[in-house]
Amino acid sequence: MGFPHKPHARETVVLSKYFGDAEARSFKGWKKRGGYEMLDKALGMDPNAVIEEVKNSGLRGRGGAGFPTGLKWSFMPKEKKKAHYLCVNADESEPGTFKDREIMRWTPHALLEGTAIAAHAIRAEIAYIYVRGEFTEPLAILEQALAEANAAKVFGSIKLFLHRGAGAYICGEETALMSSIEGKRGNPRIKPPFPAAAGVFGLPTTINNVETLVAVPHILKHGAEWYKKMSLSNPKSTGTKLFSICGHIAKPGNYEVTLGFPLKDLLYELAGGMGQGRTLKACIPGGSSVPMLNREETESTLLDYEGCVEKGTMLGSGGVIVFDDTADMVYQTMRLTRFYAHESCAQCTQCREGTAWTTKILERILAGQGKLSDLDLLLELSENMTGKTICVLSDSCAAPVVSAIKRFRNEFEDYIAGRRKPVMAA
Amino acid sequence: MSVTHPEGTEAYEPVFEGHRLDELNKLLTRYPNKQAALLPALWMVQRERGWISDQSMAEVAEVLGITPAYVKGVVTFYTMYHQHPVGRHFVQICTTSPCNLCGAEDVVKAFLKESGAGELGATSPDGRFTVIEVECLGACGFATPILVDDDFIESVTPERVKEIVRKYL
Repeated sequence: MGFPHKPHARETVVLSKYFGDAEARSFKGWKKRGGYEMLDKALGMDPNAVIEEVKNSGLRGRGGAGFPTGLKWSFMPKEKKKAHYLCVNADESEPGTFKDREIMRWTPHALLEGTAIAAHAIRAEIAYIYVRGEFTEPLAILEQALAEANAAKVFGSIKLFLHRGAGAYICGEETALMSSIEGKRGNPRIKPPFPAAAGVFGLPTTINNVETLVAVPHILKHGAEWYKKMSLSNPKSTGTKLFSICGHIAKPGNYEVTLGFPLKDLLYELAGGMGQGRTLKACIPGGSSVPMLNREETESTLLDYEGCVEKGTMLGSGGVIVFDDTADMVYQTMRLTRFYAHESCAQCTQCREGTAWTTKILERILAGQGKLSDLDLLLELSENMTGKTICVLSDSCAAPVVSAIKRFRNEFEDYIAGRRKPVMAA
Repeated sequence: MSVTHPEGTEAYEPVFEGHRLDELNKLLTRYPNKQAALLPALWMVQRERGWISDQSMAEVAEVLGITPAYVKGVVTFYTMYHQHPVGRHFVQICTTSPCNLCGAEDVVKAFLKESGAGELGATSPDGRFTVIEVECLGACGFATPILVDDDFIESVTPERVKEIVRKYL
């Protein structure tokens, strides 16, 4: 099992404080570290007061969309007429992202505590933690932690259940996740109705990402003001965030920094830069679904929601994929579109056909049989795949294609003109 | 597990009897309706039988009060449910971009060779291994991650493959 690094001096260690501390996994160990104190405190608070505190902290969803968490919670019906549900999105499958996995492996009780606090805030009786099927180790650790916490009866009247996925990236989309819990194919649903009105089993539901929820006990402990002060650039981006760094990088892993941290420092100083003699070519800062940046853009990006948008990309889930000068951007773009083609739920034509044809055209280029007009065709396809479907999987496939052609067009043209040897069979 | 007999020529032994039925009934208390226990029920079938046959789908359908066609629709949606028998050890290797950059395709080649499976999706002649490529296993910082059955193994390099294959006799 991979072991986390010692925190770098420039990291702000909040959520990752107990990464690598095996004792923190047990209920006893967690209690010793102050665990479940904030749950006790929350259960004694009015649910609306919990929501207000989280609202004031500026915490935003860490799963990718960055929606303000307290505001999301406040959408739940004020007058409770039906059962309320909380769903926890632990279906982490965004290429480049592996932060939730680390949270669950090392601090399972942090997730259970954050989950129970959120359930109390939205007045849900039941919380389902949906863990992706491949995460066998986090599942086993969570099962053990949940059994211990249940035995100690820490959750009051709130019931927490684990629900194992079975291999489908799309179930990380909030409404698809709810379909999956209901025992259906993991098809996303049209919104509205939004989950707060009609979510899982057609009842009011809130869904939050793992990393979002583990931040909540810290906010209750130290206060919204403390959380809000952790912001290096834009006051709309507050708190710390885990960034998963992978690809061509000396020290891959999870790094926790305050939002607004320079991406350049994260890559070169904290993660040790590229391999020896190698230089940076491109970087995807927020998981495979966001547009890629070239070297110049990467080195001037500030890691918060606004800073990434300024450079034409998104903070997303914080999965940082690094490409050095040896990377074949055409091949890597094809690998990404192949992922989306494989994971499309196939409900919407634009996505089902678009992801498959995009991949076929890229494979054709890589086989040395591309035409110059293929690049315009790819861009046209991408245009038709953006903003036209039930969910954003289709948009996510278009993002790497459009950004790669825009920034690395010469590499595509080299294959088409025969200046580069084909790497795929025709 | 017998893999060669045509379906229906042997009497079907139900999965959900005795303690396994108790286990399912306990699961049912977590959800407001029976259908929601479909994914966990299918996991139980796969745990017991190694794969999910049409007969098992029909059994699950009956137990949960849904149709066999509906169950099949769900089984075929999720990639982790096996609709055919697989080797004694099922190997899934991540080859999505981040791992790809770190040499995942060489790990696949090494596995196909060392396991004797030869090609993706095929089972080795000795029935020990079925090897497939998967999309993102969610451990990109530990390239290349693989799953052998339920064992998640990180940082696999082509050099380590021989030793891993030897472990799963």
